[in-house]
Amino acid sequence: MGDLQTAALALAGSQQAPDWLASVRQRGAQRFAATPWPNRRTEQWKYTPLSALSGKSVQLPEPSGYKVPEADLIDVDAYRLVFINGVYSPDQSDSLPPEVASFSGVNDDQVALLQNHLGRLADSSAHLFAALGEATSAEGLVVHVKAGQSLDKPVYVVNYSVGEQSFLASTRVLVVLEAGAEAEVVEQFLSATDDQANLVTAHTEIVLGDNARVKHYRLNLEHEGITHAGGVFVELGRDAHFDGFAIAKGAELIRNDYLLIHRGSGAHVELNGVYMPRGRQVVDYHTNVQHRVPHCTSNEVFRGIIGDRAKAVFNGRIHIFADAQKTLAELSNKNLLTSNRAEIDTKPELEIYADDVKCAHGATVAQLDDEAIYYLQTRGIDKERAQVMMSFGFINELISNIQNEAVMNYLLPVLAKQFGRENDLLQLEADTLDAL
Amino acid sequence: MLSINNLCASVEDKQILKGLGLDVKPGEVHAIMGPNGAGKSTLGSVLAGREAFEVTEGSAQFDGENLLEMDVEERARAGLFLAFQYPVEIPGVSNMEFLKASVDAVRTHQGKPELSSVEFMKLARETSKKVKLDQGFLKRGVNEGFSGGEKKRNEIMQMMLLEPKLCILDETDSGLDIDALQTVADGVNAMRSPERSFIVVTHYQRLLDYIVPDYVHVLADGKIVKSGDKSLAKELEAKGYGWLEGEVA
Ligand SMILES: Nc1ncnc2c1ncn2[C@@H]1O[C@H](COP(=O)(O)OP(=O)(O)OP(=O)(O)O)[C@@H](O)[C@H]1O
Ligand SMILES: [Mg+2]
Repeated sequence: MGDLQTAALALAGSQQAPDWLASVRQRGAQRFAATPWPNRRTEQWKYTPLSALSGKSVQLPEPSGYKVPEADLIDVDAYRLVFINGVYSPDQSDSLPPEVASFSGVNDDQVALLQNHLGRLADSSAHLFAALGEATSAEGLVVHVKAGQSLDKPVYVVNYSVGEQSFLASTRVLVVLEAGAEAEVVEQFLSATDDQANLVTAHTEIVLGDNARVKHYRLNLEHEGITHAGGVFVELGRDAHFDGFAIAKGAELIRNDYLLIHRGSGAHVELNGVYMPRGRQVVDYHTNVQHRVPHCTSNEVFRGIIGDRAKAVFNGRIHIFADAQKTLAELSNKNLLTSNRAEIDTKPELEIYADDVKCAHGATVAQLDDEAIYYLQTRGIDKERAQVMMSFGFINELISNIQNEAVMNYLLPVLAKQFGRENDLLQLEADTLDAL
Repeated sequence: MLSINNLCASVEDKQILKGLGLDVKPGEVHAIMGPNGAGKSTLGSVLAGREAFEVTEGSAQFDGENLLEMDVEERARAGLFLAFQYPVEIPGVSNMEFLKASVDAVRTHQGKPELSSVEFMKLARETSKKVKLDQGFLKRGVNEGFSGGEKKRNEIMQMMLLEPKLCILDETDSGLDIDALQTVADGVNAMRSPERSFIVVTHYQRLLDYIVPDYVHVLADGKIVKSGDKSLAKELEAKGYGWLEGEVA
């Protein structure tokens, strides 16, 4: 067992938890202890070295009076829940509707739901950090929308890392939408400064009943010192829709797993994602779409720009079971390397056991279009600027398709900054062009 | 304005321009016609500075400077504008941002301050009206999903925004409907001035009814094989290029 493993278990043992959570935590702790620390031969972590992490020292977070700067937050009309280092901050959170509760405010029905579902999709025997998350999770939230109802505003979850020490911040999200129910969930991960070195584990489980629809955003926008490992685990009933967006930039190491399981015919998954590691950062997305029943569709588009000596890993698995005839599954992953020391490991993994399916899978290392750069130059724009504009465009194609305008308007300047561009024109465009 | 002498250029080791000469004075409009594959677009590319085209011999002076030594963007900033035969689509890069970057680059070169976003938006709006391009196009990706005609209007809009000294229009009339042709011609005519010159590459005499040239040249097999006034275009329209073959040595 590595130092981190031993330390994490000791911390878990010393932590208080409500009764309903205790057994989940115990299970997590056992599994975490039993899982050997990944090495280069561990398939799930082959391209993402965790050796440095095994020596990391962490502490349990304590409540802090830190107030998240308003400027860091998305200007969205939503039910906001703020977690500082994984600890719920009621002062900075909105009063919640009956459908939403933090772990500290759950009622009996919600406890029953959590007991049924927590760790069911985010299987702690299969995911190292899901086990760690289980072992140490004290806080999180549950969203439960009854059949045919829809939440009037998005649920906006802010996970903020701040402080001198390296905290182990674990949060869980459980979303259960009954038949025909609808909700939108925005998860945002931030940190205060580059020095802040939390280990963040965040696992989200989404259970969609027949015809239920969820829009989900997972925004990893932490600073350099953060190590983030988590995932989004979704189960779709008949004709259910999952519409997801993911972005990862800034942290030292970000690993996100997406598991999307089609359990009812007619279900549809739409997942777009962008990642932009630079410096020596590592971003790793593992997506796993399981088509278990006929007539389901999935469409995944991920794009990355990898700069400096950074590295990205994209592992896109599509598993079409023997019963899943008439499946339509598409996955595209395009990567732009902006330095010759940048690295991308993109790996398609197709397992197809049904014969009447359409499955398209493309993973490429893209190049900026020379012809387009030349075109920009003939308009007086210098080559470097042209390259930046085009790189931005490569990502912007996905950002500008984001349906939640508040999220889109938040991300555009964040990206503009990443690409070193003025954004007043973008802003002006967003604000006033319609009015002109 | 532009003085080209014995220009020879090749692409992928294939010689395309074979000793081309052309002299364009301020205020003049020159039309260039000629068979497919003759090298008309190549001439535009060489003048604009496209890397793939290698100049093997000859010279080109623009406003007294050695054009061939300038970078692509320097040529543009110095006032050379090429309207593409096939404008490039750049998804994700907003047309508005592109146009502003372009105008700012040229203004900076001229020692003028960059336009504020509001000033620029006003200018862009007015100009888009002149070429009858809906303002919605400003928000889209550069040429992304534009129809052929819309792309050409976007080219003319860029020309109007940049106010170049020398405009090279490569088949800007191809694929345009009658109204669009009129719009493009009006745009060019409005910009004609004693200081500004045009090289208009076209296959159709019809355009030259709208944009009346001072000179018409025939470019065949990499050089100018015949020059005349606007009546030459009429003659070509009637007779084709076959009768010139003797002159294509
Ligand atoms: N990038 C390239 N690589 C190889 N050959 C090229 C390239 N660009 C042009 N050529 C060749 O150079 C010759 C001249 O092409 P160019 O496009 O200049 O003709 P053009 O006179 O503009 O013809 P059109 O009237 O059809 O537009 C053609 O034979 C063409 O195939
Ligand atoms: Mg041509």
